[in-house]
Amino acid sequence: MRPFEFQRAASESEAIAAAAAGARYLAGGTTLVDLMREEVETPEKIVDINRLPLNYIRATDEAIVIGALARMSEVAANQDVRRLQPLIPETLTEGASPQLRNVASIGGNLLQRVRCPYFRMLDAACNKRVPGSGCSAIDGLNAGHAILGSSEHCVATHPSDLAVSLVALGATLSLKGPRGERTIPVEELFRLPESTPHLEHTLEPGELIVEVHVPNGPYARKARYLKVRDRSSYEFALVSAAAALHVENGIIKEVRIAAGGVGTRPWRMNAVEQALVGKPAARASYEIAAAVSTEETRPLSHNGFKVKLLPATIVRALEMAGDVA
Amino acid sequence: MSRREALQATAGAVAFAALPLPAQAADSAATPVPPTQTLPLEVTVNGRVHQLAVDPRLSVLDMLRERLSLTGTKKGCNQGACGACTVLIDGQRVNACLALAVMHDGAKITTIEGVAEGETLHPLQVAFIEHDAFQCGYCTSGQIMSGLGCISEGHASSAEEISYWMSGNICRCGAYPGIVAAVAQAAKEDRT
Repeated sequence: MRPFEFQRAASESEAIAAAAAGARYLAGGTTLVDLMREEVETPEKIVDINRLPLNYIRATDEAIVIGALARMSEVAANQDVRRLQPLIPETLTEGASPQLRNVASIGGNLLQRVRCPYFRMLDAACNKRVPGSGCSAIDGLNAGHAILGSSEHCVATHPSDLAVSLVALGATLSLKGPRGERTIPVEELFRLPESTPHLEHTLEPGELIVEVHVPNGPYARKARYLKVRDRSSYEFALVSAAAALHVENGIIKEVRIAAGGVGTRPWRMNAVEQALVGKPAARASYEIAAAVSTEETRPLSHNGFKVKLLPATIVRALEMAGDVA
Repeated sequence: MSRREALQATAGAVAFAALPLPAQAADSAATPVPPTQTLPLEVTVNGRVHQLAVDPRLSVLDMLRERLSLTGTKKGCNQGACGACTVLIDGQRVNACLALAVMHDGAKITTIEGVAEGETLHPLQVAFIEHDAFQCGYCTSGQIMSGLGCISEGHASSAEEISYWMSGNICRCGAYPGIVAAVAQAAKEDRT
């Protein structure tokens, strides 16, 4: 690991000032410490934000509000979250390992770096790690890579499960930075790789994720997360789907669907949603609508299976959500 | 010279003789770097208070093994993937390799050396022996520390649940059936 200067922030303003001057935020460290040891990340300054008062979970009738430093395991075990937003604990528990979930923060989960093996391999080409160096995955081993949102410069999937469910639930982020506070939808945090895959998110320099707001929509209680992967625990998704349904008299009034493991960012399935509204909440409707999900897919040499797996995963996730009493 | 010191000395000499310097290490040496910092740190490990001065790069794992000579905690992947380095920090199971020591000033850490009471093994340690829950033993201290976390979190009520909630600990010998049985037995004893 390269040497770095370490600072503990006692206040948000101190943290933001340090980050605006070039320091990297350190929360749980499960991504950053790992990548620093591999020398994929080489920050010269680190600002530890773990002492900031951002580890909280609040429940109101309108929304669940999660402080950015709440740990994955704390959020997953919180009774209010389990009652009002069951999709979130289910999604969190499907990700990482118990040890990692005890440490990894909610803000850090959203900002975790990609798991493309070439990103971690210093002698491979990677436009994310070294802009302009090329992409070893496009002609390499790419079974785990993206079929949506990829470019000729990068085909890595976004690895967060939580982000998929937050995008489906229409969650927003409160941000604080050197130029003040603002709120953005979680979906707008993530950039497409296009010709600049090293730019992964829309945060401004020094901007800090403060909290996540998850509105308690009418679909929030009838919601499930399905993660298809090579082993049943502690593995990243090949394809995943979050599905949330609001059904009245057997008819879908409102539906939210997002997919993971397929896109270069968490992928909201707007066209599938539109095809479901007003239809019976039944497998036949799900199958017709899910077929739309593959329209813009661009498979690589080894991940063509995802084009079949994606609609099948969406159908199953919708069935699971439909079965919630 | 202890067995460990002898092994280290031999391994170091062999590695130095046999391996060319990796390109990356050479790059690191050539790149100008900010001056190395040393920070004060107080940690309580297995009930004993330690005051140290540490480089911010030091992991909790290396602190335990290299600075405090508590070598029961093992370094497997050093990437947070295998669980061999699992310890309890303030009662929570974590991967010691991904935790920087400076992030845990004031923390209470429990390692495998702090699990037994004197010569009396913890019920989970007894259960590991009774169920042959290890072969080579390298992952065992991590498995036991993770098992303690799994039980205290309340995730050890069935074999299926234990498998899911112990998935952060890899055993290359494949002693999983014994590990699951041992955690189940200790959880049952814990409840009664």
